[in-house]
Amino acid sequence: MSVEVQTEDFDVPALYQSLVADAPKVGAIVTFTGLVREFNENSSVEGLFLEHYPGMTEKVLAGLIEEAAERWPIISAKIVHRVGALKPGDQIVFVGVNSAHRDAAFAAAEYLMDILKTKAPFWKREQRSDGDRWLDARTSDEKRAAKWH
Amino acid sequence: MGAIKILYFARLRDQLECAEETYELPSERCTVDELKQQLSQRGDAWQQAFADNQLLVAVNQTMAHGETVISADDEVGFFPPVTGG
Repeated sequence: MSVEVQTEDFDVPALYQSLVADAPKVGAIVTFTGLVREFNENSSVEGLFLEHYPGMTEKVLAGLIEEAAERWPIISAKIVHRVGALKPGDQIVFVGVNSAHRDAAFAAAEYLMDILKTKAPFWKREQRSDGDRWLDARTSDEKRAAKWH
Repeated sequence: MGAIKILYFARLRDQLECAEETYELPSERCTVDELKQQLSQRGDAWQQAFADNQLLVAVNQTMAHGETVISADDEVGFFPPVTGG
């Protein structure tokens, strides 16, 4: 189980290999990588800045992994989330889970991402040529998270 | 009566033009709602910010609510809905 909040990029093959390392108990590995989308319809957006609540963020993410491990028979889980300045195409978040069978790994990975979106204290700010703007939370994310209650 | 640390994040920090402060509690302990009430009296920006029912609060880095009790040396964080991932 591990949580990293960092400004640097992360290496998905290396993270994947660390999930393989629990073999031969591992029968399934599910990984999710989130990227910064192209800034559609508004060309004045120049980049994205991610702020977080140092200390609390790590605590919340570790707590999510514990909750996932209580709900599903997973072997281990990893979350890496970047903060600071990001550009379209940059990797922003990684969630990886391994388990004996695929059901637990699929469910736990989806759970971790859905709850992270609504509970982990990160905030995105668009950097625009005409000034910065904080992004609003999406109700669609709330709905996805609600299905796990 | 005891000091607490208050942190403000993201849009809220910009609105209040304050990232962090040490705050002297007027009594030994108070609830989050009572603290919000006190901070709201600082002026229009503060009143408006704390009237927002979407505003979230954490006490000692754990999500809290209006009735959560705060006492000396606690860390209170106020922030808008999160947008990570």
